[in-house]
Amino acid sequence: MEDEKVVGGIKFGILSPEMIRNMSVTAIVTSEVYDENGLPVEGGVMDPRLGVIEPGQRCATCGNTLARCPGHFGHLELARPVIHIGFVKHIYDLMRATCRKCGRLKLPQEEIDRYLDLYNRLKDRWPQLAKSLSDYVKRKAIKASKCPHCGEPQYKIRLEKPTTFIEEGPLGRLWPNKIREWLERIPDDDLRLLGYDPEVARPEWMIITVLPIPPIAVRPSILLETGIRSEDDLTHKLVDIIRTNEKLRESINSGAPEVIVEDLWELLQYHINTYIDNEVPGVPSAKRRSGMPLRTLAQRLKGKGGRFRGNLSGKRVDFSARTVISPDPNISVNEVGVPKEVAMTLTVPVRVTSWNIDDVRRYILNGPSRYPGANYVIDPNGRRIDLRFIKDLKAIAEGLKPGYVVERHLINGDVVLFNRQPSLHRMSIMAHVVKVLPGRTFRLHLAVCPPYNADFDGDEMNLHVPQNVEARAEARTLLLVQEHMLSPRYGGPIIGGIQDFISGAYLLSSKATLLTKNQVSDLLASIGYVGGMPEPAVLSPKKAWLGKQVFSILLPKGFNFRREANISGSELKCSDEECFWDSYLVVKKGKLLLGVLDKAAIGAQKPESMLHYLIRENGNTFGREFMDKAFKMFLRFIEMRGFTMAINDIVIPKEAYNEIEQVYEESKKDVAKLIKEYEEGRLEAMPGRTREETLEINILDVLSRARDKAGEIAVKYLNPFNNVFIMAKTGARGSTLNITQMAAMLGQQSVRGQRISRGYRDRTLPHFKKGEIGPEARGFIADSFVRGLSPIEMFFHAAGGREGLVDTAVRTSQSGYMQRRLITSLLDLIVAYDGSVKSTYGELIQFKYGEDGVDPKNASFGEAVKASRIVEKHVGWKR
Amino acid sequence: MAGRGEVVQLSEGERSLTAEEVVEEISKPVTLVAKVLSRFKRVPEALMPAIRQILVNEVVEKGLTEESEISIRFKELRKIADKVVKVAERAKEVLPEGIYLELLNELFRAASKVELSAEEMEEIRDDAVRTYLRALVDPGEPVGTVAAQSIAEPGTQMTLRTFHYAGVRELNVTLGLPRLIELVDARKSPETPMMEIHLDEDHKYERNDALEVARKIEMTKLETVTAAADIDLFSNQLIITLDPDMLHDKGLTREDIIKVLTKSKTLSGKVKPDPEDLNVIVIEMPKNYDIIKAQKFRDRIFRMKLKGVKGINKVIAQRRKDETTGNYYYVLITDGTNLSAVLKVDGVDPAKTKSNSIHEIESVLGIEAAREALIREIKDTLGEQGLDVDVRHIMLLADMMTRTGSLRQIGRHGIAGEKPSVLARAAFEITVKNLFDAGASGEVDSIKGVAENVIIGQVAPVGTALVELRMNPTKIKKPLSK
Repeated sequence: MEDEKVVGGIKFGILSPEMIRNMSVTAIVTSEVYDENGLPVEGGVMDPRLGVIEPGQRCATCGNTLARCPGHFGHLELARPVIHIGFVKHIYDLMRATCRKCGRLKLPQEEIDRYLDLYNRLKDRWPQLAKSLSDYVKRKAIKASKCPHCGEPQYKIRLEKPTTFIEEGPLGRLWPNKIREWLERIPDDDLRLLGYDPEVARPEWMIITVLPIPPIAVRPSILLETGIRSEDDLTHKLVDIIRTNEKLRESINSGAPEVIVEDLWELLQYHINTYIDNEVPGVPSAKRRSGMPLRTLAQRLKGKGGRFRGNLSGKRVDFSARTVISPDPNISVNEVGVPKEVAMTLTVPVRVTSWNIDDVRRYILNGPSRYPGANYVIDPNGRRIDLRFIKDLKAIAEGLKPGYVVERHLINGDVVLFNRQPSLHRMSIMAHVVKVLPGRTFRLHLAVCPPYNADFDGDEMNLHVPQNVEARAEARTLLLVQEHMLSPRYGGPIIGGIQDFISGAYLLSSKATLLTKNQVSDLLASIGYVGGMPEPAVLSPKKAWLGKQVFSILLPKGFNFRREANISGSELKCSDEECFWDSYLVVKKGKLLLGVLDKAAIGAQKPESMLHYLIRENGNTFGREFMDKAFKMFLRFIEMRGFTMAINDIVIPKEAYNEIEQVYEESKKDVAKLIKEYEEGRLEAMPGRTREETLEINILDVLSRARDKAGEIAVKYLNPFNNVFIMAKTGARGSTLNITQMAAMLGQQSVRGQRISRGYRDRTLPHFKKGEIGPEARGFIADSFVRGLSPIEMFFHAAGGREGLVDTAVRTSQSGYMQRRLITSLLDLIVAYDGSVKSTYGELIQFKYGEDGVDPKNASFGEAVKASRIVEKHVGWKR
Repeated sequence: MAGRGEVVQLSEGERSLTAEEVVEEISKPVTLVAKVLSRFKRVPEALMPAIRQILVNEVVEKGLTEESEISIRFKELRKIADKVVKVAERAKEVLPEGIYLELLNELFRAASKVELSAEEMEEIRDDAVRTYLRALVDPGEPVGTVAAQSIAEPGTQMTLRTFHYAGVRELNVTLGLPRLIELVDARKSPETPMMEIHLDEDHKYERNDALEVARKIEMTKLETVTAAADIDLFSNQLIITLDPDMLHDKGLTREDIIKVLTKSKTLSGKVKPDPEDLNVIVIEMPKNYDIIKAQKFRDRIFRMKLKGVKGINKVIAQRRKDETTGNYYYVLITDGTNLSAVLKVDGVDPAKTKSNSIHEIESVLGIEAAREALIREIKDTLGEQGLDVDVRHIMLLADMMTRTGSLRQIGRHGIAGEKPSVLARAAFEITVKNLFDAGASGEVDSIKGVAENVIIGQVAPVGTALVELRMNPTKIKKPLSK
């Protein structure tokens, strides 16, 4: 194995003029770029010695081809020095802190020595403090009006943004050459105290005398379809610089008047400023002919699409695929359905050994267009053979020897990484096992939707194929879906039953469910069960089984569990075994005895549920298998029984509407009374509120009570065991509020938490009188979705709905930025081998992680060990 | 409540009991059990509360009154307890104290209800130990990233609606995502500064006592007690008519106000009571004031603090129920904070009083208090939205924000901006400036952090990459097989 090379550190500094000349392969002397023949001019910015541009050529400097030549710097001697725009602040500070005559730091020698000693002691251990010290010293030195070393009186220096320095004294305007001389005088030790490293960054190097010309590889020119060459922004800028430099040199040599020279000098300064950074405040940015500002050096690095965030922190990768996702309850939670087309494009490199050579030969014989085949063969010399262009696959297959690498198609059982943006937590990227399926979408199990936050309204997801054994091993042991069933956020299962799984579980486990032998067989077959049938619960008139019995087959033998079900509440409340409503779940010795299965038992995002303990106590593999089987069974049952929602489930009889009408009329009267009280000034203001606010609060109160009452009336008339109610009560989907809104009354619409009051002057819509503040005029909807909304109501509903949309849009950007900051602040923290939390820089953050060393993944509600549960687990059956 | 003379009527048959009698009636079994227990010397310490509770329950439910019966029952329970302790003891060294005690109690509770064999108890004990050991974090676990994700991910699910009634309808409080952002930003003052002032024993039970403290705390400006203010340019006087109702409400008199106003240098000797009207104060204005200047003068006088604590604009007394004793008591909720001044006010319980301004807590009570407050506030903000986030994540964040001894925000002016690595800072924000400054000071990036290693294209020393164990298969002389 090759010795691994590790970058141990990167030292930053400023290039000195000598260094720039030394690393340069040529001086750039002319502003001409191409000659009449379209060939690059020697000594121009596209000089061939700066690197290869076209494939097939060899580099004039290093002799390498395009792929291997790194490019080479040139240099440009400036006629007059120019300030580097990035260091203006440093130059300004340095000049103010040092003497205009002797260049010393304007502090007495004793003080300098004392501070320097302190500085050296702080430097390595507390860099942040050392920086503060430098700042303090600098500020102190700036204050001195006389040099303590040579006694020279000092003058105020003014910085006129961006790059003009003026001394309010004898020197007047400080031109860069003057500044350079000044900076040269500052001794190394004084610089060190100010936080500069004179070895690699002498301050005079902050004044540019020689400009490095970057290699062509950095600023490639592109050939448009029309055959016209289009140069990079940097090249344009460099040409401007060279042209101005030429003019400046000519003017100086020809003895032009000082004003002209100075004008050209300033122009050169401007071009170099914009070459380095085109977004400096106060400098008009250099534009392309189209009016677009040029993208120069600083812009290339900055921001989201810049070098750092766009190309270094995040990279584009090969061996990845993206397509629409769709659901498939028949595959395992661990699996992902991959379209054949994708499987034939993505490849896994396989090293040929004497054990797998037969398999690999078969892939090669199938070639790239027959599945499962192979796309490339790499021989031991590293030569890559593209099988698309090979006629005689047989020959290749026969020539195969151990040591070859074959890039074969993706096959069932491979691990891949699966991801959906936004990747907000670690469960946003998980490893799945490939299952190649017909069709053109990625298929995933519905239970993994919550961690990805995926639905199937057109969502797309990404898939990546790990390319080496280490990556595959880590993917399998650490990233597989089943390793992420418990969320590290709150220690509960994030993968679990949702929607129809819950409805199905409830219906199957309900007391009322009696199954025939055929049905039981059907259910058991759906999970691939092999073994005897349970004893029937009912023998006569016909043998019948309970859903609870069938489900119990999936539970581990010794499992004990008890908990209130989700449906337990209000009139169905049960908090112990004696439960008429069957809303208290009891499992003893692996048998579901009492209670129904619903969200509280098998739901996702419910800590301390039955599912949670099944996973924790029996391991991830068991947990996953349980879910695979149980969910299949539930769905099979729901298919057998049929489950739908019809308009009849939410239509209430005429009497109910009358009752609701009555409630509403009363509320309207109440509101009118409140308004009257308010208008007559009898309404007492709440402490700390104005009378208007008090009125609003009271009205909102009355109206929300009205809706609640309407809801109660509707519920009274609806069949509490219809499918809509089943969904709401079991936690499968929807809430009683949703039912209320569909069947009885939509209620108050709000914008910014208040009744809708915007629109026309003194009224929301022209349909109302000015100053009207009754329920309808302020967005109260007395109709239900079933009855239909009036146009006015529909308008208010849309207004409320729009706020929700805006809210989401604003929130995502805000929370996204907060997340980015949180992550950059905390990402270096890891648990060390001694259980403490340290940053990778070695800083100690916590002596023991979380004060108890427990992984939150294994601690629901903060508790690592719930003793009552462990007792229950072992001897719960005794009660 | 008891001892304050309030009569709680509890009709039991024909009899009504006073509060004292009720307390006595309820505490009878407790005293009885305590009496019996005091006779025994050897007791299983850790399980005594559980035993006592079982005995009391049995006294109440089964009506045991004979002391001898109780001692027999106690001896039985003690036997079970001894058995439990004997089994559980072996886990004592491994398990943290809290978990061990919980295990002990749960085991005992189960054993006192149903028969448990020694094997079963051992099984439970071993399982508890196993569960605990398995629950520990793995070395190398990127807890920082996980914490950041766990706190920020629910942010997308939060409502943006800023205002909500926090128990008190009179006050608006910043909640949800804006509050969370405000906390991690370590803003100097919260958008809606608020305090929860707890009162001492003398003031917490009666509304009037609580309001008395409230009046001392609430800042009253002259404007609040003024009914009318007239500028008399002719005589150069500002005539202020006070609102007697407000005066009474705030517990002020005209003389108090004059006294306070006179303290200010510009007004000394210029404030006089109107001899005719008891509610009028006359303030002499400097001469040559025109109408605009006079108005400014009036506004300045209006803003003067008459009494209370600076920064506390509104105080509301809220009645709460003590869950453990069932007593009602009052707390004061304020709009505005001033921890250092409020803590000094008589009648305030300084140990329980809270502020929602982290910076203020830091300056008054120190950095450790600020850390606790930060944890509490973040937890409450998330909890209020019904989002469950493990405290360990929040603690890690709070530790990071407070570890230098002063509050640091999460962004570029805090933790992220003080990272030791140039590349990591450049990759976060203010890329170009960071690079230039690094050049000037000759900084060395030692590529230790995660961000830098990603940039360089190396594996970051986190998780499985933390292991630095390498094997050179060619160096192994003997093959491993055979």
